[in-house]
Order: sequence, then C-alpha cells, then structure tokens
Amino acid sequence: MWSELRRLRDDVDYGTPPRDGAPVSLTVDGVPVTVPAGSSVMLAATSCRKSVPKLCATDTLEAFGSCRVCLVEIEGRRGFPAACTTPVEAGMVVRTQSPRLQELRKGVMELYLSDFPASEVPGGWSELHEVMAATGVTTSPYPTGQNHLDAPVDESNPYFLFDPAKCIVCSRCVRACEEVQGTFALTVAGRGFQSKIVASQGERFLDSECVSCGACVQACPTHSLVEKSLFEGGYHRAQPPQA
Amino acid sequence: MSEPSSKVATTVYVPRDSTAISLGADEVAAAIAAEAQRRGLGVRIVRTSSRGLFWLEPLVEVAGAEVQGAGGARLGYGPVTPADVPGLFEAGFHRGGAHALALGKVEAIPFLARQERLTFARAGITDPVSLSDYEAHGGLRGLRRALGMAPAAVVEEVVASGLRGRGGAGFPTGIKWRTVAAAQAPRKYVVVNADEGDSGTYSDRMVMEGDPFVLLEGMAIAGWATGASYGYIYLRSEYPDAKRVLEEALAVLRKTGWYGTNIQGSGFAFDAEVRVGAGAYICGEETALLESLEGKRGMIRYKPPLPAIKGLFGLPTVVNNVVSLASVPIVLDRGGKYHADYGMGRSRGTLPIQLAGNVKRAGLVEKAFGVTLRTLIEDYGGGTRSGRPVRAVQVGGPLGAYFDQSLLDLPLDYEALAQHKGMVGHGGIVVFDDTVDMAEQARYAMEFCAVESCGKCTPCRIGSTRGEELIRRIIAGQDVAANHRQLLALCDVMEHASLCALGGMAPWPVLSALKYFPGDFGLPASKEPAHVV
Amino acid sequence: MPNPRKPERSVVTTCAYCGVGCGFKAETIGGRVVRMIPWKEGKANHGHSCVKGRFAFDYYDHPDRVRKPMVRNRIDEPWREVTWDEAFAHAAAELKRIQATYGSGSVGAVSSSRCTNEEIFLMQKFARVGLRNNNIDNCSRICHSPTQFGLSATLGAGAASQHFDSILQADVILVAGANPTEGHPVFGSLMKRRIREGARLLVIDPRRTETADSPHCRADVHLALRPGTNVAVLDSMAHVIVRERLYDEAFIRARCHWSEFEQWMQLVGDARYAPETVGPEAGLDPEDIRRAARIYAKGPRSTIYYGLGVTEHSQGSTGVMCLGNLALACGMLGREGVGVNPLRGQGNVQGGSCLGSWPHMFTGYRFVTDEAVRKSFEADWKIALDPEPGLRLPNMFDAAVAGTFKAIYIQGEDPVQSDPNQNHIVAAMRSMECVIVQDLYLTETAKFAHVFLPGSSSLEKNGTFTNAERRVSMVRKVVEPLAGLEDWQITVRMINAMGYPLHYDHPSQILDEVARLSPAYQGMSFPLIERLGSVQWPCNADAPEGTEVLHEKQFPRGRANFMLTQYVPTTERTDDRFPLLLTTGRILSQYNVGTQTRRTGNVAWYAEDVLDLHRSDAEARGIQDGDQVTVTSRYGETKLRARISEKMNPGVVYTTFHFAQSKANAVTSDLSDWATNCPEYKVTAVEVAKVPARTEAPQRVPAEAKS
Repeated sequence: MWSELRRLRDDVDYGTPPRDGAPVSLTVDGVPVTVPAGSSVMLAATSCRKSVPKLCATDTLEAFGSCRVCLVEIEGRRGFPAACTTPVEAGMVVRTQSPRLQELRKGVMELYLSDFPASEVPGGWSELHEVMAATGVTTSPYPTGQNHLDAPVDESNPYFLFDPAKCIVCSRCVRACEEVQGTFALTVAGRGFQSKIVASQGERFLDSECVSCGACVQACPTHSLVEKSLFEGGYHRAQPPQA
Repeated sequence: MSEPSSKVATTVYVPRDSTAISLGADEVAAAIAAEAQRRGLGVRIVRTSSRGLFWLEPLVEVAGAEVQGAGGARLGYGPVTPADVPGLFEAGFHRGGAHALALGKVEAIPFLARQERLTFARAGITDPVSLSDYEAHGGLRGLRRALGMAPAAVVEEVVASGLRGRGGAGFPTGIKWRTVAAAQAPRKYVVVNADEGDSGTYSDRMVMEGDPFVLLEGMAIAGWATGASYGYIYLRSEYPDAKRVLEEALAVLRKTGWYGTNIQGSGFAFDAEVRVGAGAYICGEETALLESLEGKRGMIRYKPPLPAIKGLFGLPTVVNNVVSLASVPIVLDRGGKYHADYGMGRSRGTLPIQLAGNVKRAGLVEKAFGVTLRTLIEDYGGGTRSGRPVRAVQVGGPLGAYFDQSLLDLPLDYEALAQHKGMVGHGGIVVFDDTVDMAEQARYAMEFCAVESCGKCTPCRIGSTRGEELIRRIIAGQDVAANHRQLLALCDVMEHASLCALGGMAPWPVLSALKYFPGDFGLPASKEPAHVV
Repeated sequence: MPNPRKPERSVVTTCAYCGVGCGFKAETIGGRVVRMIPWKEGKANHGHSCVKGRFAFDYYDHPDRVRKPMVRNRIDEPWREVTWDEAFAHAAAELKRIQATYGSGSVGAVSSSRCTNEEIFLMQKFARVGLRNNNIDNCSRICHSPTQFGLSATLGAGAASQHFDSILQADVILVAGANPTEGHPVFGSLMKRRIREGARLLVIDPRRTETADSPHCRADVHLALRPGTNVAVLDSMAHVIVRERLYDEAFIRARCHWSEFEQWMQLVGDARYAPETVGPEAGLDPEDIRRAARIYAKGPRSTIYYGLGVTEHSQGSTGVMCLGNLALACGMLGREGVGVNPLRGQGNVQGGSCLGSWPHMFTGYRFVTDEAVRKSFEADWKIALDPEPGLRLPNMFDAAVAGTFKAIYIQGEDPVQSDPNQNHIVAAMRSMECVIVQDLYLTETAKFAHVFLPGSSSLEKNGTFTNAERRVSMVRKVVEPLAGLEDWQITVRMINAMGYPLHYDHPSQILDEVARLSPAYQGMSFPLIERLGSVQWPCNADAPEGTEVLHEKQFPRGRANFMLTQYVPTTERTDDRFPLLLTTGRILSQYNVGTQTRRTGNVAWYAEDVLDLHRSDAEARGIQDGDQVTVTSRYGETKLRARISEKMNPGVVYTTFHFAQSKANAVTSDLSDWATNCPEYKVTAVEVAKVPARTEAPQRVPAEAKS
C-alpha cells in the first residue's frame, strides 16, 4: 500500500491509487507515458494530462467501475472499457476522445441528469458540474419519470448533511468509510433504481456508527454530502420545476 | 419406496421432480399405493427423476416380469391424475394393459427417441439418491478414471471435448480449468452456478432434482483437475426440492467414501455444500454470485481479474454452470473426442434445450448443436399449444433477441445465433403465438432489467427504468417519434456502456421487437433501426 | 441558496488537536474559516482526518474567546480589562517583586503542548533568561515523560522510532495501553488497513476497546489485564521469549551488550515471571500470554505502539523500558515495519519534549548541569544561566502549598482540570500571589489567575508543530489573531518586560535559533519544511532531509541497553473500602479537557463524562444504566452518570476526563512514576455507590457550543 498513500498529490486526482511496480510504457492519445505496473489506464491518462472524465473514481479509493463515464477505446480490444478498472499493459494504445465516446458519455450523463434537481445545475461547482462542462451535457432529454428528488434530507449530524436528491449512487462515500476510515458505517440499501445510500441500518447519520470523520463528505462528487458551514443561513432545497 | 415382497412382479415409477409434483405426482403415487393395497396387489413404487416430457406429467411407468409386450422396457401412462388411478388398475396397467392414457414403450416416444441424451442419460430412469442405481447406469466411471490420471491430463481431456459453458456465456470449460489449475494459492474452490434464473428454463433443476450424483461427480473431477478442495453449490432460493435432494445425495457420497478427506483411498480430499440465494436474477452472473456467496450485496465485480484467478474470497475459483459440470463425467468416461464428435462448428457436444411457453409439447430436448429452431419448435414441440401460428420465439432467456418466422431455420449454434443478436444462452426456447403483443414484450424486457438490476452501473440502474417509461409512452401513443429516437439512443448506451450483460443485453429483445414487429409499436414498417445488424 | 458557497482562500496548515498532526487546508470565506479539508500531501494523514480536525474548529471564534488582556489583584475580585502594555508591565512587576521577596526560585513557568515549537522554545527561554532559573516544565510530565526516560534508557532516544507509514510493512502490531481508533483516529484507520490486509494484532488493555474489536479488525490476542500489572505481564512475555529461545541472538550481539542481555534474561527467566504465575495475578490466561509472546517474537516484522496506559503508572518508566527490552530482544528495530512508538497525545507534545521545556534539560535533551552545553547557550543568548535543575510541575505545586513558590506563568494548560489530585492543585493555586494564564478562554485554572493574557489558536499564527512521528510541519496563519497578538509575540513581550531585549521578525527566526542550539534540529528551517512539506528529526548533516526510521545503523549511544525491569506493584491497592479499580481514557469526539471541543458541535455525541462499569459490579450495588453515582477514592469524590458496559472485566471501572464538572481528577491518586513523577492516572482504588434518590441530581452539563 506504499505508493497508494505516499504518492498522492493535492493538485491532481489520478482517479485510481498510484502503485508500486515495474515501469510500463504505453501511449494515450498519441502521448507516450510510463507508469508503474498495476496502475490503471485512467492514472496513465491523468499522468500525461489526457484526463478522462470520471465520477465514481478518485485516487484515494480503489476503482469501482460503476459510473461508466470514463470509457475509452483501446486498440485491439472490442467495446469501450472503463479506464479506471483497466490495468495498463506495455504497448497499449489508448484513445480518450472520439465521436463514439462522446456519444456514450453524453448518454450516461443524460441518464444521471434525468434524476437530478435541474435547478441545482447552474451555479454549482462539484465534480459532477465539472463533468457536465467536460461532456457538454446540462439537461436531460427524458420526459419526467421516476426519481428521488423528494427523498428527505438528513441534517442530523452537526457538521454535514446528506441530500439524497443529488446522490448518484457512485458509492464513493461507502468505499471511503470502508477503505479509508475503516468504520464500515455506510452501505447501499435496496436494489436497482431503488438503491440508496444509508447509514448503518437505515438510521440517521447521528444515530448510526458514523464517527463523523468526514471522509464521505470529502469523497462525494455531487455535494450530496456536504458541509453545513458552506451554507449561509441553513440549507434550502431548490424548489422542483412546476410539473 | 416400498419394500420388495415375494409377490412383487411390477415396479411402478412415479416421478418426484417438482414439475411432476406440481401436477399432482405425489397424490398419484399415494393413490396408486392405496389402490394397490385395496386390491391386494404387490407393486413396488419407485420415485424417479422426470423424463422431461412435461406435457405427459405425471408420467407413470411400469416395468417387470408381469408387464406384457414390453420386452423388458418400461411402458408409460400419462398424464395421470389420482382420479385415473382406479381405472388404470381396472385396465390392468400394472401388466401393461391398454388404456386411453397408454403411451407404449416410453423410450420409443418420438420426442424422446430422437434425442441424444449424454448428460440426461439417466433422466426418468434412476432413483435420484440411489448410488447403486447411479453406478449401474454408468455413474462414477468418469471420476474413477480421472483419479487414475494426472490432473493436467484431466484438464486436457475437457479441453479436447470442446465443452463450452452451458450457463450462457459459452466460455470453453477446459480453458477455464487450465487457468485455475495454473494459479498458485493456498486454497481453490469449485463454485456451481445453480441460480438458473432465465424464464422458462429448468435443465439445471432437472439435473439437481433428478440426477444429483452426476453434478457432484463432475464437481469432484473439477476439484481433482484444478486443485480445488471444496465446492459450493449456489442454489436459487426458489428450488427447495433441489436443495433437499442435493443434501441427501451429498450425505450418501460422504457415507460411501466418495466425498471427504480421502476419496476411495486416493489421498484426494473434496467436499461440498449447498448455499441458498435470496431471489436475485443478477446473482446468476458469476461475479455477483461470488459476492453473494461471500455474504455481501450481489453486485457485479469488474473483470479482470477473472474469478479463475481471483474468485471466491480472492482465491482461484472454477465457476461453472450445473449442466457444464454434469457433462464432465461422460467426457472423462468416454473421452473428449466422443463428446466433440457431436455438434457443429465451434459448438461441440449436446445442449439440453428447454422448450417452454405456448408450445404443445413442452419438455427437455437434448440434441447435438446444429439442430434448427424450426425442428425443435415444430417437430419436437408440435407447434403452439393454442394451435395458432408461431409469431415470435425468444431463445436464450429474457435477454435474448426475439426471432420471427424468417429466422427459424437457423441452426442452434453459438456463432450462428450471435450473428443475429440472438443467443444460445442456457438453452431455453420460449414460443409465442400470433396473439402476442411485441411492444408489451419489449416493455417487459426493460421492466425485467429494472427489477433485477443490481444498481451498480448507471446505464442499467437508470436506463432500464427510463427504457420502460419510454416504451410505455410509445405504446400509449405519446410523442412516438421522439420517444422512439430516444429509446434507440438509450439502447445504444445500455448495450455499450453497461458493466455486465444484464444492462448490456436488455436492449436485444427490445431492438429485435422493434425491428421485426414495428407495427406493434405503432411504428411504420420501413423504419430500420440504424445500428442493429 | 441551493448551491454551497465556494471558499475563497485555502491555506495549508497542521491540525491543533492530537499527536497525529494531520495536514489540512483551512478554507475561508470573508475572512472566516468555513472548512478544513484534509491535505492529501500531509505525510501523517495522506488526505484523511477525524471529526475534530475536520469539523470541530468553531471553537476558534466562540463567544467565550477572551479578546482583551485582563488583570486583578485578588482572585475574588472581578477581572479588569487592560491594554497589552499594562498587562505585561503588571505581570513583570509582580514577578520581580515576588522574586525579590521570596527568592529567585519562587517563580516558574509551564509551556503548552498545544502551542508551536517556537512558542515552547520561547517559554523555556522566558524561564531561563527572564526568570533566571530552570523552573520550566511541560504537560508531557503528566503523560509521556516516562517515554522520555524509558526509551532513552534503553534505546537512547525518547521518541518514536518509526514514521506512521511504517505500519504498512508490519506483520504483527502490538498495541499496549492505547486506543488508536479513538485517540489517534487517522493513525488508527491506517493500522486497520494493514490489519485488513492480514497483519496480526495484539492488544494489551484492560478494556475491549474499538481497537481490539471492530468490523474486520479483531485482535488475535487481547490481554485484558488488571490495571497496574503492565510490567508483570510484559516481563512474562519476555520470560516466554527467553525460555523458548525466540530472541534474535545475532541482533543482540551486534547491536546491544550481551552481558546486559544475560542479566536481563536471568531476571525475566525466573519462575516469578512465568505465565502461570503472572496470569492469575493479572487476571489472564497464561496461554494467552504465551501466544502473544510467540506471535510478537516470530514477526518477521513486529511493531509496538503504546500510550498512556503504559506511562501513567507508578512503574510507567519501567513499563516503557519493558517495551524497549522486548523490541531489542527480538531484533525489532532499525528497519521498516518494526519499532517502538509512543502515541504522543497532543499536537505538539513531542515539540515540548524536544525543545527543552524541562527543568533539567535544554533543547535536544541535554542536561542543564552539563557545563559545555550550558556554555553554548550562554554564548548564544549572551547571559549567564542558572546551573541548577529547577522544579518539576508537581514540585511547583508542592512548593506552593509549602509556601515557597509564589508565582507561575502558564501557557495553554489547565492543570486544575487535567492534573491529578485536584484538591492539592487548587490549594497550590490559592496560595500563589501571581498566577499568569495565557489561554483562549477562562479555564478552570484561570479561575485562580491574576493576569489573563488572551492567546491565539493555531489558526491565528505561524510556527511549526512536531507530531508523534518526530515530523515537523508548518502551522500557518489563516486569520489574524482575535486578541491582536500571536502567542509567540506575547511571550517575547513578557521576556522583554522582564528586562531581556529580544526581537524576532518572524517565527522562522526562532526555528533558526532552535536549529543552532539543538543537534537533532540542526538542518531544520522554514524553507526546508516548505520545500519538503514536513521534516522528521533528526535533520542534520547526516540526514539533510530528515530521518524516517531511527536506529538503522546505530543507536544514539552506539549500542542499546537492556534495563532490568523488576515488577513492583503500585501501593494503590484495592481493599474492602475501595474494591474497584478506576482507569481513565479518552473518546474520539472530545479532546483532552474539552476546552476546545466542548465549544463545538461535538457535544452532540458526548456531552458529559460517564462511568462505565461491568454489569455484575453494577448489580451488586443496585446501580442501573443512567443512574447518578458517586465515585470515591482515598483522595476525593465526584459524581458521574453510570453506564453498564461489557468492555471491561468485573472489578474495573472506567471514565474520561473531558468535562470539568466531572472532576475525574478529584478522585485520582497522587502516586506517580518513580522516575518522572508522571501521575498514576490509570490505577485508582475506588468505590462506587448510587446517589440516593432524595439527593438532587446534578445538572446535566449544558452544551457550550454555539447555536
């Protein structure tokens, strides 16, 4: 676990943890890059400034492969592998941009935005907003359907709140509580579209095993988990648009 | 099973398979026992597996010295209800007498006679939990031979057989075993995927309920070949009868020294247990299955790493479908070439096809690859039960494409079907007549995906719900053109961006329905979805 | 406003709470700190944090903050606000008057482990050039002074041998008298990562703490020993190691003195320390002692982390020496994944140790009585220095009660709440004529003060902290000091007021002076720390970028020493009157005496100290969960709320000391470590009784948090 912690940088998010290993050379968008064996394609891309958009990946956590935003094309391989879960191999030729990739990323983002409060799109500065900007997607073409916009906000913890309306179930919070903090207080309850993040056995954060270390707040890419201190005068949910 | 008596001259076979039981087989067996007693007749009742001719269940068979005109073979009567029993005795069925329900020699029934039953050789014939019955019908020969071979040689025999995973993915079983055999680890496992979730399929269930020893023998051979010492059978919770039978069979094997710490004095240790799932189709996907087996949420793991290298608890694991493992003993018994000689192209051996849905004769057809869909549906199945024309057929489970009449001459072959976005899958074939609403079927495909989605990846978690909503709107005639366009775009994202085959293949039935049955959606016939082959 | 506000400024600094010393980015909006984000490049924390550093920073501008200097002539008078100049003049005049009246040694000072290295250095300089004596001490007296003594005696250096990351290469982790998941949470999480990977865990603690038993992380052996039996149990482990020949002979011959080892082997090999003898004494299964010893000795890489459960005993220093002996015997020193590591509690208590805030030592652990060393200081400071060692803090209190010690300048400490035997301390405070307190709020100690100097939090000043890894990190000013002066500036003005001219433009100059005068810090400087992010001492010509792992080639004295560690039970014994043993500890959300954390949202989790007792002890006394109980010892009494717990063995009760109202230290004894006077907080014989219903139940502690 040596490099996973010691090679982290504050100004860069590699997407997946740095590794120890023998050097492996590959090219990303034509740029040659050398990274230790065991690194992901995402880390290689970030290392040569050809970052791939991402949501469920961050370099303090092991790869998860759920958001499907970071798809890339790899010469000689079928399909569109996720950069975060694909280990580098010598001589790999990776393409991070193409019309097809743009199309697929757009499709994924449109699905996210079909269950996200539209009035919180402008003016936000979370990672999700950065990916919206990178993919050029700020609205959803889907007619209004099932959603989680009415899920109640949990403000029980004195320092941070959880607004499930903005949650994209990337599970970074769950993984941070497991891998970084080691408390295992969070999990995903329910299945499929009903999946939701819960603390302990579906309790309020304050009543659960959460020790309020803030790793989940740190990890959340959508400001669904967010510090109360960043809101002047308390947290107010935006009103949903008139149906 | 009633004890033999000096007066027994006839054995009556009544299946204990759960399909047969759901059709009254237990009541029929009880009625036969009662009636026989009433008449002072000594008949021996044996509960067997099912032949897999379900339109004839409960299928009662008789054999013995007193049975006329059989030449030692079994004569069949079915489908029998308890009310029929007195009449059967009146007609002297226990001596092979004529009756409206008489079927003659069971093995001469055309549906059965034209099959090539390698894996299901004992279906309907033996008592599932009698080891002596199993051995008398060819059982344990494969394991005996394997224990006398080097493990690597056993692996190569399976490679030579061309056996491919019968769960659906069709991955060469021998190659998988090679990977596990080569992996270094303190412990390795065999995991049996008995989650059989595809609608209309039952071959795994028939093996487990009807011939559990062939599965357990295959598992032990896998353990010997790859260095695994323990097996887990991950059984879907909806198969309680299979659980009972498997555990009975395991107890028998342990008692007779065929499972345990020193199998038949060979020094090989292997044992296994049954673990029950909890109602999730997605746990039929091998990585979600492993997660569930480890006590966690049944969510997909990305690959690589392959379970063959990092599987159960991070250790090298053979994950195989029930039928795949049940096909192994005969490969070791007769040799890989024997198995490979059946089939076509790269689809070697036989496949137990399960006919279901609106079909006159629903049941198990084990045939070499290459038989056409039409032969299966019309010759074996007898066309629709309703008598109306066949309009659509879904092969390979709820995520398989719908074929119309024009594709029914395709041979059953992995590559041939894949070319038309169809799949062999686990061998289920569901037949629909011309009253089917294909738009509703397409909507159902999305609904199925939404219900069974593990929820990990975005395209499946959110996409299946949006897909169901879009199709519902199209069916209701709302904004049809725009919603149709969006549906196609959604299918593209799901097909190419999903984490596993649930989201990845849910578009196949939808797109095939749109392509071959556009009118059901209110779409013009000429509209060709751009990216469908 | 649905979207959160985006912080405007971000400053990298170091957390002020515990000895992990997490790197943080302090973010502000409109000049107010709104968020603390863990710094990914912080080498102690790698981007992780705990509730305190991450969220509990609101204390810094709590309404209770005192923002103006105050004086009063008598402690029963109200405070008078004055200017800084007036305050310094008054304080200095009083100190000089008292010294003239009662003698040079009648005044002293105490530095704070929550202040920076530079500030601690200035406090000891204040005593030496301002008061012209060596009456200077620091709070590690009452926690890790045995570490200083015991590790120096054995290994030659009284500080952690490893850096935190070293645990990632450990195969066996022995945690003794510490509860990292609560006391050093970020390090605790790192430890748990390693255990989830497969490392084995051995825990020596009377309680089944979260460290010993939490999800996916359970001790292989948990020695739940009777409080007070540490040395016996550790010697018993040593007994197994020598009897079963599990020691590393090659290491001992190469790096220690074989003759000393043989003597030690004789002592611990005696039947007196056999597990069969010690087990019943300590309430342990002898087989567990054997297992723990074997696992530790076998390694291949075994590391020790220990805390106040080892040091705060009458044989605290002996306990530390036992740990040193174990590591030496098994060759577990001088590489990654091994070592002996005290978990220093406070953010800068290591700094307090290093920077000469001792009555008998200058910076760098060199003795005041050493003429050559003293002369080097005299040359640099251009003033003659007192060659006699001064008073330790407990001795200052004793002398106060005796009437010979009359004034004290206390920086950032609250001995009335944190030190043992509270009644004695209060008596001492009352008998002094000038108590000068420099702090953020009016603490318990400030109730007895005559001069109050409003200090600055770590968000309001520049300087450095040294954490439990010997890691020196930057503390950066994020907002201007609320009272107008940074703590170091206050002490400089006090030194000036005492007649010694002193001026620094910036704390970096103070660190430069430390580097001149302290061999381990020789290469330290602000520019170096800025460039590297942090630097672990020793930092000198041999190690220009600092030292991660100590003792790789040599021990500081060349070879290390085996010390003879005979078990001498504490005189604090249970009897019919006081049949239970009280031991104390900490919880995650409250920090030390709660001065800061009681003034934050953390009271949501823990708003009062409670007394944990075992079900059988409670039942025998008719006590139910939630009852008010009195806790009485030979030294005093207090009232707490009872909580039934399965985490200890019967006969042991447990509480924390985060709230003044609980007066836990009214009850603790005045016994202390034979070598360093570190108080024996961990063993007090008590009796617990239910408060009769007629008596009015004490008020529940009101939350002091804002809004």
